[in-house]
Amino acid sequence: MFTRSAAILAISLAGLSVPATAYAQIHYGFGTAATSEDLAKFFSIPPNGSGLPPGSGTAAEGAKVYAESCAVCHGDKLEGNPAKGIGGDKLIGGRGTLATKTPIKTVESYWPYATTLFDYIKRTMPFSAPGSLSDVQVYSVVAYILSQANIIKPTETISATTLPKIEMPNHNGFEPDPRPELDLYK
Amino acid sequence: MKDMAPIGYDEKTQRLIHDMVAAEARHISGREVENPECDCKDGMFPARAPTRRVFLFAAGSSSAAAALLGGRALAEEAPPGAKHFDVPLDPTRQQGRPVAADGYGTRSQFETEVRVRFPTPNENTSWSFTPLDKMQGNLTASGLHFERHHGGTPTIDPARHMLFVHGMVNTPKKFSIVDLKRFPFVTRRHFIECSGNGLTEWNKPTLKTVQGTHGLLSTSEWTGVPFATIAREVGLMDGASWVLAEGSDAAVMTRSIPMEKMLKDALLVYGQNGESIRPEQGYPLRLLLPGFEGNTHIKWLRRLQVSDKPFMTREETSKYTDLMANGKARQFTLEMEAKSVITFPSGEMKLPGPGFYNINGLAWSGRGRVQSVDVSVDAGKTWYPARIDGLPEPICTVRFNFPWMWDGTPAVLQSRCTDETGYIQPTLKQLIAIRGDNGPFGSIYHLNAIQSWAVAADGSVTNVHA
Repeated sequence: MFTRSAAILAISLAGLSVPATAYAQIHYGFGTAATSEDLAKFFSIPPNGSGLPPGSGTAAEGAKVYAESCAVCHGDKLEGNPAKGIGGDKLIGGRGTLATKTPIKTVESYWPYATTLFDYIKRTMPFSAPGSLSDVQVYSVVAYILSQANIIKPTETISATTLPKIEMPNHNGFEPDPRPELDLYK
Repeated sequence: MKDMAPIGYDEKTQRLIHDMVAAEARHISGREVENPECDCKDGMFPARAPTRRVFLFAAGSSSAAAALLGGRALAEEAPPGAKHFDVPLDPTRQQGRPVAADGYGTRSQFETEVRVRFPTPNENTSWSFTPLDKMQGNLTASGLHFERHHGGTPTIDPARHMLFVHGMVNTPKKFSIVDLKRFPFVTRRHFIECSGNGLTEWNKPTLKTVQGTHGLLSTSEWTGVPFATIAREVGLMDGASWVLAEGSDAAVMTRSIPMEKMLKDALLVYGQNGESIRPEQGYPLRLLLPGFEGNTHIKWLRRLQVSDKPFMTREETSKYTDLMANGKARQFTLEMEAKSVITFPSGEMKLPGPGFYNINGLAWSGRGRVQSVDVSVDAGKTWYPARIDGLPEPICTVRFNFPWMWDGTPAVLQSRCTDETGYIQPTLKQLIAIRGDNGPFGSIYHLNAIQSWAVAADGSVTNVHA
């Protein structure tokens, strides 16, 4: 009896071993190599600034870019525009409001990294023509916004070297997710 | 405006909430027009009772003059996703429409559920709610899946779409949709919930229907390739601990995802409910991160960049972060915690009188299976176990049922979800005590509190805080 069971078990395992071996394949070889040319069009700028393109910009140049491409949605004074069909965010102001009952979240008051501003504008602004600004235009308008927010001096030049060094007012304002919240287990 | 501005929402959110209240009121008044002869409110008897319009259709089919008169106008009345057909007086006395007359079916012309858009000023960066009060079963119809887009829905030719996987990998690769479909795939049912679901409800009951209060939740069956399979294909380098996912829409949406999650259960999905994923859900490819906030499930996925650090994108710094009372914001609050809601009866419905009602709703948790659901009809004083319909699956909604004999006296209905980790869905008071000491509500995301519906003596159902 024991022998027979063992034999059946052995046969079962042998039967299973064929597909099991087949499944051991873990590299399928599908897809093709991505070349550096393929990847050249992509970017995502982390706080250390790696991947920032060449070029630079100033607030004076940025004021022109802003007036032409940004003001219609974000307001002449960067105050935002809630009008129907627009809805551009307020960009400056709000410092000191985050711990109050009426927090105002703007680039000036809330954003922890200046690199994010560059990445986001280059990525998807202006809304009506996403990704249409040159790198110099992006540097310039970043300089303009940061200067209007009193984070940099109006005369400073923004480039791959200077942008990651900018300390945003709320750069220490974030903490990791503590959930599940221990108070719910009391 | 001033009288309804709650404490603590930022200015922009206050405006949005004000507009949403108005939009929901328009939607509700539209529903009431649909069913003018029923003195109950829409939802209790959804459009199944014969209405004047049905009889008009019937009359039209028997009279050429009436058909000419009403045909065009009535055809235009077919709801989205439906086509108008004349209704015969007796469908057993004439042949119906030919088989496969329409190669891809439509829903019944009598079914009118639609998503409702939150009236953000800009229609391209907005969100729409699933009509949970009209949904049946557990899965969400693909055409009613909630949406949240930041730059509209792109039109993408799958033959030209590629997924690039690069960064801290040994062999950067690109995959066509055809390539991806050659890999072994998995099919799993999961919910997706926007972390902004319920953001209007912190201060006071604001929206009237469950579509407004909970409609940024949908459940689908998803088919796709585990990221883990693709990770082996490209080879992960030592230190790889985050992955940037990027979409191919006008927002070029990006989020950084912890590698731990990517290797645990992240899927690159191309299938939804038995067919290709809908354009509004990311056609031809989306990232699915079971249990994580909806924004991270990058749609129209075109790129995964492996890194040793998060990229601190706009969405994960300035937007989907939770500002606490002390002015500090919680970041990478990714998991959607256990939650439930009664969808019947729910806001704006009206019970016709005392008697039996099958209370039912949905429960879900981003941390695993739903363990149990309790229902209270006395505002949480006493709780009774509900019956879960089917076997709970990990990170998927379940439909629950609770038989209730209503005696005609006022009642407050609540449901409470416990997930398999033992986490119990909190009350709103508990959540506010933790997150809202600044009077309250710096934090508007991740509201998973118990929902209350008040049933008045006349049977009307309203959104309340209890």
